[in-house]
Amino acid sequence: MSDVADRVKKIVVEHLGVEADKVVENANFIDDLGADSLDTVELVMAFEEEFNVEIPDDAAETIVTVGDAVRFLEKNAA
Amino acid sequence: MRRVVVTGLGMVTPLGSGVDATWSRLIEGQSGAGRIADFQVDDLACQIACQIPRGDGSDGTFNADEWMEPKEQRKVDPFIVYAMAASTMALRDSGWEPKTYEDQCATGVLIGSGIGGIGGIYEASATLIERGPRRISPFFIPGRLINLAGGYVSIEHGLKGPNHAVVTACSTGSHAIGDAARLIALGDADVMVAGGTESPVNRLSIAGFAACRALSTNFNDDPTRASRPYDKDRDGFVMGEGAGIVVLEEYEHAKARGAKIYAEIIGYGLSGDAYHITSPSEDGDGAYRCMAAALKRAAIDVSEIDYVNAHGTSTPLGDELELKAVERIMGNAAGKLSMSSTKSAVGHLLGAAGAVEAIFSILAMRDGVIPPTINLDNPSVDTAIDLVPKQAKRKEINVALSNSFGFGGTNASLIMRRVS
Repeated sequence: MSDVADRVKKIVVEHLGVEADKVVENANFIDDLGADSLDTVELVMAFEEEFNVEIPDDAAETIVTVGDAVRFLEKNAA
Repeated sequence: MRRVVVTGLGMVTPLGSGVDATWSRLIEGQSGAGRIADFQVDDLACQIACQIPRGDGSDGTFNADEWMEPKEQRKVDPFIVYAMAASTMALRDSGWEPKTYEDQCATGVLIGSGIGGIGGIYEASATLIERGPRRISPFFIPGRLINLAGGYVSIEHGLKGPNHAVVTACSTGSHAIGDAARLIALGDADVMVAGGTESPVNRLSIAGFAACRALSTNFNDDPTRASRPYDKDRDGFVMGEGAGIVVLEEYEHAKARGAKIYAEIIGYGLSGDAYHITSPSEDGDGAYRCMAAALKRAAIDVSEIDYVNAHGTSTPLGDELELKAVERIMGNAAGKLSMSSTKSAVGHLLGAAGAVEAIFSILAMRDGVIPPTINLDNPSVDTAIDLVPKQAKRKEINVALSNSFGFGGTNASLIMRRVS
């Protein structure tokens, strides 16, 4: 896993209280990791904080899996 | 109206986590007060509080992780965590676990708080000012709303009956139990999880209550002596945190399932001072009328009251006004009455106070022991009433009355009777 993937995984484990081995690339935050709609809002905020990047609402809506987050952040984060 | 009994008790207080830890330390005359160590206090007039002893859960310490998942705790202010802990304790104690849809719909929640998530509001305000609106968590609002204590409890235990919350400052806990009992008496529910919860120990609350001149400021270096109701040297209350929750149940419902019955709620009275936003009415009229209303509802003679758990916050004005109102209502029976203020030991738990003190009143009946008014070295007035100074006292108690009075001039009295 890349550095970005490791940091994303750490945030997801911390915020959703899930086991690290469940946080795989195609894991869906809501369907697989037990998040609700508020959790996903907070996850995006945590990604913004960690990667010092602004994620607009329309982009946030496309981030539904761990892999989506990693790909977005690898492309957009400094 | 249907009879309402208490079948479960739960609490988290500055004396410990759980009813047993709190009660044994209360009877021993221990104080839960100490200097505040978790935030800056050097510029505050009051630098002390009664805080919950935290730890791994052993020896009466409070381990929040036992009662709420860490990822959920992160989203809410501590008053919700305390309510979750005390509610689970009370439900376990009662043995009531509604599983069927009908039982779940017959079981409700009525948990109040005086100031709810004021600590989280304070922190989020700082975030908004320093970092802007995009840094406000989606959990900011649901984790601070007062009725979310009851919301979380209902979700955790599948309680689908009436879901209500009370906000009446320092009378909250008493009003919550009284109102919940009425919902059962009137048939809206068979079982109610009811009480109060509070997590007020933060810089903003201390600064605010100190500005009202409500807090003790003369005992910053001697915190365990600060809460001293009725004593000549009292100078204000000591803020406390925690929760008290009871399971209330319709009498026949409790009997049919063989539940342990602690006490019956026989009287509940309410009144308003219509006088001042923070000061009690000078003639104690509001206090007198809410006790009188509770007595009328209980349909007992005043001489049947064996014990009063006083509001007694250790403020210069309030203690004596309440004492006079109790003397007035007791009349010739004052001489055989015992009245103590357990706030001397646990501090003032604001919206949780009435519920915690109702539980203390019930335990006093159960064990035939009256908890003491600690630090009462020199009473400021003469009274025929036994104020139970410094040491617990053995006495059979069949009927107990618990008083709560709040900012805004809102008063509540509960009368409980032992069920044999």
